[in-house]
Amino acid sequence: MRHDHLITSKQLSRADIETVLDRAAEIDADPAAVADRHANAVLGLLFFEPSTRTKMSFETAMKRLGGTVIDMGSVESSSVTKGETLADTVRVIEGYADALVLRHPRQGSATMANELVDVPLLNAGDGAGHHPTQTLLDLYTIRENAGLDDLTIGIMGDLKYGRTVHSLAHALTNFDAHQHFISPESLQLPREVVYDLHQADDGVRVREHDSLEEILPSLDVLYVTRIQRERFPDENEYQKIAGEYQIDLETLEDASDELTVMHPLPRVDEISPEIDETDHAAYFEQAHNGVPVRMALLDLLLSENGGDHDE
Amino acid sequence: MSDDHDHHDGHDDHELRVSKIRSGTVIDHVRGGQALNVLAILGIDGSDGEEVSVGMNVPSDRLARKDIVKVEGRELSQDEVDVLSLIAPDASINIVREYEVVEKHRVERPDVVEGVLSCPNAECITTGGEPVTSQFEVLDDGVRCSYCDTIVREEIASLIDT
Repeated sequence: MRHDHLITSKQLSRADIETVLDRAAEIDADPAAVADRHANAVLGLLFFEPSTRTKMSFETAMKRLGGTVIDMGSVESSSVTKGETLADTVRVIEGYADALVLRHPRQGSATMANELVDVPLLNAGDGAGHHPTQTLLDLYTIRENAGLDDLTIGIMGDLKYGRTVHSLAHALTNFDAHQHFISPESLQLPREVVYDLHQADDGVRVREHDSLEEILPSLDVLYVTRIQRERFPDENEYQKIAGEYQIDLETLEDASDELTVMHPLPRVDEISPEIDETDHAAYFEQAHNGVPVRMALLDLLLSENGGDHDE
Repeated sequence: MSDDHDHHDGHDDHELRVSKIRSGTVIDHVRGGQALNVLAILGIDGSDGEEVSVGMNVPSDRLARKDIVKVEGRELSQDEVDVLSLIAPDASINIVREYEVVEKHRVERPDVVEGVLSCPNAECITTGGEPVTSQFEVLDDGVRCSYCDTIVREEIASLIDT
């Protein structure tokens, strides 16, 4: 990893991931120690799509490092409505900020933007493409709950459009992880992602399923994503499969007591609220982990690029 | 030498269909039906006054049917030749000066092609009105967009940005 941007989890080695997660653990244990670490730094938030958790956790992370945040606001209130290109927007805002966070509806947008700016750039989601900072907080949560080696993980839901899934799947190839992908046929992993996984892992530890039932007992982690009703041209088709990809206490009867259930949120009805109070539920912890992980990432990137307090 | 540029290979009747050129490039052994795509990929549409001859679906010893493209007054660069490999992997390139073939090349598959193909993914940033040049990684069995990762294995010629 060149420590000046993060566009896709494919660029992350195991050592890169462990560096970020270890730093996040240090910060998590003693956040006060980094309170003024980047006191003069400015982070530019460029969100061309709605976001709650990602945007607010980046904002919180920067402020807890002592820095400040500038935010272009909603697309409706920005120069985008005047027809400004993304290319021009990032080149303007890089003049105001020490690092940029970009979310954009088009795949490859962060790759293009990164070619145009000199400040560190973090991809916070490019359409159905990648979401690598989410992956780092997912990995942090998995490491805390189940460990990253000798891991059997089920990833279930909308795998076709789920950028968090694509990024997580790539990153897990760095570890001794068996990945099971569970989805209706119409929402299977994009063939491009499958191609990469097989290239990285010769296909031995990657399997696709249409039902959770057969592999649930073997799972250490079940990562659930929302089946997006709006993706189905026919409501009846959605209704046929939706129930099969919702989990409740009855679904988990055959699961290990140690099973960790994760979800990048927001959820709708794919995880029953009755699971929230069980030891399985890790999705709120997962969301909270966004702050220390993004603090660690920003700290590493800003320090590498002439930040305030290189150690 | 090209079995269409050389008069000694027994295909004289075919020669009548595509005349010899004095100086320029002969692209031979193009797969049948791909000649117009070859011109498109090279950005040759005749608007600059180029003298171009095209033979399509002519008999060939090496391919059952092949196309031939002859461009008068223009010698192709290696980069131009390489992108032809995407649609004409069997092509041979003959550089002609004063009616003689002075250089002969086979196409080689490049690692990357830029500004030649359009990404078929409507959600790719390269299709969204941004000032960005398309770029595709060349795989053993297709091409892959460097921006959105989309892999295309069939009908690559349909992606040619004309």
